Amino acid sequence: MRNFKLTELNEQAIQYIAVGAAVLGTGGGGDPHIGKLMAKEAIRKHGPVRVVSPEDLEDDALVVPISMIGAPTVMNEKIPSIQQMIKPLDMIEKELGRKVSAIMPIEVGGGNSLVPVITAAERNIPIVDADAMGRAFPESQMVTFYLDGIDCSPITMADERGNGVLMHAIDGVWEERMARAVTIQMGGSASICDYPVTGAQVKQSAIPHTLTLAYEIGKTLFESKELKQNPIEMLLKQLNGYALFQGKAVDIRRRTEGGFTRGEAIFEGTDAKKGSTMTLFFQNEFLLATEDGHSMAITPDLISVLDQDTGMPITTENLKYGARVSVVGFPCDPKWRSPKGLETVGPQYFGYDAPYVPIEKLATEKGGAE
Amino acid sequence: MSYTNVNSMNEIYRIGIDVGGTNTDAALLDSKLNTIHTIKVHTTRDVNEGITESIRRLLAESSVNPAQIRYAMLGTTHCTNAIVERKHLGKVGLIRIGAPATTAVPPLADWDDTLKATVCPHAYVVHGGYEYDGRTIVEMDEEEIQDCFLKMKGEVEAVAICGVFSPVNTSQEKRVEELAKQVLGADMPVTLSHEIGSIGLLERENASLLNGALLNVIAGVVKGFEEALQTFGIDASLYICQNDGTLMYSEYALRYPILTIACGPTNSIRGAAHLSGLNDALVVDIGGTTTDIGVLTQGFPRQSSAAVEIGGIRTNFRMPDILSIGIGGGTIVRLDESQDQVTVGPDSVGYELLKRGLIFGGDTLTATDVAVKLGRYEWKDAQTEALNESICKRADEIITRDIEDAIDRMKTSSDPVDVILVGGGSILVADKLEGVSRIVRPDHYDAANAIGAALGEVSGETERIYSLDEMSYDEAKEDARSHAIEQAVLAGADRDTVQIVLSEDIPIAYLPGNALLVKVKAAGRL
Repeated sequence: MRNFKLTELNEQAIQYIAVGAAVLGTGGGGDPHIGKLMAKEAIRKHGPVRVVSPEDLEDDALVVPISMIGAPTVMNEKIPSIQQMIKPLDMIEKELGRKVSAIMPIEVGGGNSLVPVITAAERNIPIVDADAMGRAFPESQMVTFYLDGIDCSPITMADERGNGVLMHAIDGVWEERMARAVTIQMGGSASICDYPVTGAQVKQSAIPHTLTLAYEIGKTLFESKELKQNPIEMLLKQLNGYALFQGKAVDIRRRTEGGFTRGEAIFEGTDAKKGSTMTLFFQNEFLLATEDGHSMAITPDLISVLDQDTGMPITTENLKYGARVSVVGFPCDPKWRSPKGLETVGPQYFGYDAPYVPIEKLATEKGGAE
Repeated sequence: MSYTNVNSMNEIYRIGIDVGGTNTDAALLDSKLNTIHTIKVHTTRDVNEGITESIRRLLAESSVNPAQIRYAMLGTTHCTNAIVERKHLGKVGLIRIGAPATTAVPPLADWDDTLKATVCPHAYVVHGGYEYDGRTIVEMDEEEIQDCFLKMKGEVEAVAICGVFSPVNTSQEKRVEELAKQVLGADMPVTLSHEIGSIGLLERENASLLNGALLNVIAGVVKGFEEALQTFGIDASLYICQNDGTLMYSEYALRYPILTIACGPTNSIRGAAHLSGLNDALVVDIGGTTTDIGVLTQGFPRQSSAAVEIGGIRTNFRMPDILSIGIGGGTIVRLDESQDQVTVGPDSVGYELLKRGLIFGGDTLTATDVAVKLGRYEWKDAQTEALNESICKRADEIITRDIEDAIDRMKTSSDPVDVILVGGGSILVADKLEGVSRIVRPDHYDAANAIGAALGEVSGETERIYSLDEMSYDEAKEDARSHAIEQAVLAGADRDTVQIVLSEDIPIAYLPGNALLVKVKAAGRL
């Protein structure tokens, strides 16, 4: 990584982050397309949004994450209202009796990476260069704030009609249950603020500089075309990643379980991987990669599927038969490798019986997956 | 053998015409869909001249009585060209039924300013819209909508209406159409988004706007085609080709011109299926400049699942899944002497092949020269002696490898597939290809697109979200199927011949009640 830090978000930066967020979305998190259009529109109206680095936050600053909860398919049809992106913030301020200094993305992967931009632009407050996942995960408690025992309440939600809901949950797991129920009544897609935190808590618990990371990933993929370099090699170097597999999607099995899309994507090897088969298990996000039955990467480490030519990320929803891909893996933030981290987002939580082994270790065991 | 002897005087014929960028192809078929004759002429600047010329030659060379031609089908690139070149587009007023939702992304957000000004001088977001399950988000305010139409009056030639979740519940869009006709007159053309595209508001809205902007273009096409047929005393039912491999009445086409986009590759695939008798295969269509590879599944082209851009505008209506590579009969072959390296394309001499190709006495080494030199095709009076055989062999290796690689990309498994070769450039391909079980070169291979245009099947489709808590999976699929069949019959299909040609479902993540998006398409004969 270069020593570059984002200081403001303009239309170009939004373009880059949208692509980077799709890589960090590890196949899920929703298509960042709508979030990108919302953010661009807000910037056209109000000008670039300031970005503040977590280390520059005052310790007692009030920082509030905002995101969309619900089905990405619904959000692509019932696009949020502007009011809906401000209301949960207003409600938090009223409940806590103080002004919000900055807002932040709760997850940098997928569509929620850019959702906070419209709120920041409308309210003229900065956005923090950090998030609480460093990737995308499907449930509300799957955030680093939860690992550190930070209170997720008060939680505020809004729909486009003007309805608002204020909740106090005893923990992130209860938040997930109640917020999911409210989302259904709100039509399958709602805006939500949870984990209102202090600047000190951001420094302690959030994953820093992830907007910059998403920006750099997007920039690399766009620039590789001009530099005529292999985008995937550039990306792996940048992220300390591993090339897990090269091949062609031959079967994609999807089913709905408990409101999530679960399934497996199967790839037949090409080139150096000819004769081998990779299976990716997913629940919205890719969570487990096996090659001929051996684990190659396991949640919470990141698994992304990239177009073999362009390096552009492919989501589980857009993956189709015949796609030529490179499967790549990246180490997750160390916070996720703690016992509580693995209990929250490890393979057992998602119902896979593979034990968690860090991707670096799997790579050496295989004699270097590189 | 006993069968009714069809007197050729009583035979009924159909003609199919496919207008492409370079050539206009025409084909004459009998009632059993046998190919009687085919014609290829250059596409003219005034496209109708090429159409007229192709019909004239078709009649003259086949000696068929024009009175026996009952069906005429046209596939054309007019609409694609109008969008790409931004010419002849009409002005459209847009009503999005969505407020207070959807305000975070206004209409035309990702359009460039010139196209915005050309196509849509008036765009309004009014109150209304539905949830994914068909519940109303908020009621519409009819006065608000009437005011919008009053502002458009005299400044738009068509209206497009796009409501949130209108594919699930069409009532509000239909009511707004009534209001449009009240204020702007019963003749005002109206495009309803649920008839054009699927779930995905912005993409469906864009497709509806483009549809409205193309109404003038398609009206010109249909009128020109009618006049051309009249000139020769042909009194036929007119059909226009859609991009999914089926036909629509010309009256229907006048309302849904956007559905004609990209029908050319589709026609080739359908024609190839008919000529070869295969239902499942890859179709490799090699023209002068490019090779287009499509997938034939149960007699129809496989659809692309990704959002499709037309002239830079993102839309979500169905499109054939086509892979194009820059290899065709006119593709230029070069030798870089300093590096001793042979390169192929991507540029082509295009329609100048017969003038510029080396074997025709020209100055440029092309893929066709290579194929003739290697004895793949005998061209009368071809001058092959001077061609360097080693360069030709190296070029041929590259061409073969590129085509093999492209075929492999479109396959759904590593099993060998059948390949149907069509298009004038198909002489480039050797008789054996890696990963291919059988290469089929049907008769009339160079007019497969016009033959595809003439094959009369009409379709209907449906796309809905079902809750599997309220009904079983089978009930949901059955409901979608019967809806698609009704749509096909409405479009002109003979009910007894209608078959389901595509059926797929996608579970929707993060929705309760096991929400399932079901897409079904049905097609039948005229």
